[in-house]
Amino acid sequence: MAEAKIKGSKNKYCDSESRYRAAFRYMLLARVFEERTANLYRAGKIVGGVFMGKGQEAFSVGLALALDKNRGDVYGPLIRDQAGRLAFGEALLDAARTYLGSIEGPMKAREGNVHRGNIPMGIIPMISHLGSHISVVSGRLIGKRFCGQKDAIGGVCIGDGGTSTGAFHEALNQAAVEKLPLVVAVANNQFAYSTPTDRQFACDDLVDRAIGYGVEGHSIDGTDLSLCLDTFQKAATRAREGYGPQLVIGHLLRLCGHGEHDDASYISEKHKQGVFGRDCVDVAQQYLISSGWSNLAEIEQWTAEIQKEVEKATSCAQRESGPDPFQETWQALATTRLAEGNSTA
Amino acid sequence: MSITYLEAIQAAQDRALAENEFVYIYGQDVGSFGGAFKATKNLAAKYPGRVIDAPISEDAMVGSAIGATAEGMRPILEMQFADFSTIAINQICNQAATQFWRTGIPCPITVRLPSGGTEGGGPFHSQSMEAIYAQYPGLIVLTPATVEDAYSMLLEAVTIDDPVVFCEHKYLYYHLKADQLPDKNLPVGKARIARTGKHATVVTYSAMVHEALRAADTLEEEGWEIEIVDLRSIKPIDTDTVLASVARTGRLLCVSEAFPWGGVNAEVISRVTSEGFHLLDAPPKRLNAKDTPIPFHPNLWKAHRPASQSIASSLRDLLRY
Repeated sequence: MAEAKIKGSKNKYCDSESRYRAAFRYMLLARVFEERTANLYRAGKIVGGVFMGKGQEAFSVGLALALDKNRGDVYGPLIRDQAGRLAFGEALLDAARTYLGSIEGPMKAREGNVHRGNIPMGIIPMISHLGSHISVVSGRLIGKRFCGQKDAIGGVCIGDGGTSTGAFHEALNQAAVEKLPLVVAVANNQFAYSTPTDRQFACDDLVDRAIGYGVEGHSIDGTDLSLCLDTFQKAATRAREGYGPQLVIGHLLRLCGHGEHDDASYISEKHKQGVFGRDCVDVAQQYLISSGWSNLAEIEQWTAEIQKEVEKATSCAQRESGPDPFQETWQALATTRLAEGNSTA
Repeated sequence: MSITYLEAIQAAQDRALAENEFVYIYGQDVGSFGGAFKATKNLAAKYPGRVIDAPISEDAMVGSAIGATAEGMRPILEMQFADFSTIAINQICNQAATQFWRTGIPCPITVRLPSGGTEGGGPFHSQSMEAIYAQYPGLIVLTPATVEDAYSMLLEAVTIDDPVVFCEHKYLYYHLKADQLPDKNLPVGKARIARTGKHATVVTYSAMVHEALRAADTLEEEGWEIEIVDLRSIKPIDTDTVLASVARTGRLLCVSEAFPWGGVNAEVISRVTSEGFHLLDAPPKRLNAKDTPIPFHPNLWKAHRPASQSIASSLRDLLRY
């Protein structure tokens, strides 16, 4: 078997302050980018849909910053993980190109919006069937184990609704049986599209399931960036040290519709005013200022830089060509000799 | 020495494990127990850590295999029965089959499906799933009818850079024997003329090849020479070999053990009528299992699936036209 390619590297953020500041910047970048894509969607420049992670950025970035792609870690984001994707290492331009249907994008405009990834980098390109990507992340860990690369871990994202699928159950049980170093982040944002949690599951807290699967569980306020960063760091360390899968439940509220086509009128004022209804970006900003780790002037400067960055990426993607059906191979097989072609008979 | 179809499958997996360190086998009871049918007999002991028992989780089995390919692995999955692969159909058809098209990264998994009916199998241990998988872009679907093909096509499947659905027929596991395993064989994608003839062509695959051969023996006694094309591979289908045979005989009967609506028979007839209408002297016919779930009792099961007698009867109708 091949030797492990990378023997391990230190976390790039040496202290809590630098990690928090980096996390906040990714959250801000995701927020600004998603607002831009929403505008482009409303202007008819993006087709299909725009799916935002508004309210989930702290939880999303928390997992991704606990992973290290240079160490061989694998990341399985879902639809509300723009912040995590950026923190893991996905280029903003890849996101812009996929949303805007550029032929230069990682999916070559065959897939759109959040259905993108980078397999060599370790980002699983999600399909729409919830829960099905968890076992794919597990498989990469199994593959790494075969190849002698024992240091890498996986991080995978799902929502409260996705935990009701058979695929979620099979994958978490499988990961537990195989004792895989897998961190499963469940963003309980209170609604699966329009369905509230009381129509989704009957336990008090999804973390109660951890004991049933024989895995370690963590349940946190997903709007608190400090808590998210610390909990995922701890969970990732436990996974890396051989304690098996870690189930992390983040309680939060989706501060937008399922997609930009959805006005989320089913989310009540009670939810919005509730303990998880606060905006994690605002919470993090206040913490940065109150702790002295940043100040308003610097955050305004970051915002201005981010707006330029977002503008640059979306403008670039908009200038690029879309796919040409006459240049498309129309082949789904890697093995060209076995392709049947396209019979019109 | 003789070797059965099942032993050929075990031998192919043995060789694949021996020759490629990235091959591993994953499935329910495949480890020290050797599999429900013993298709992995002795392999766990011979290749420690590479023949792994899975929980009863077909979805997660396939999902994890897909992930493992990204690390260079070439997994072989055993579905205990083809019927259970419906649980994994999302991972096979939506995840594995689309991956190369979506990302440009190949997904070389081999999914073994113990397929088809046996006496007493009943509705959930007897199904023929090949047409369902062939419908999806991005999959290769193989249906070996001989010991030699079971061996060589499974070995080839493991080398293919796309997901392969390998439909091995349970009825042939013990019934079919060969003197030895082949050194070389027809490649995947090529059909085989299982019997030459001049009055009618039967296009078929898997266990039905042997029913068709028996029907041809019966018809020979009546003065008819029946040509039999064994498709070997459902996707891709070797239309050229089929058309060439129909050009020789002018008559076509398609036989499949699968349910009648759509499917391989309909596909073959569509292709022949579209591309070789002028070759036909009679309307093409098809013979499938009945359009009901597969019955448990042998009396019903034997009448549910095509068999040499019903194939011979269909051929007589075709030849009378």
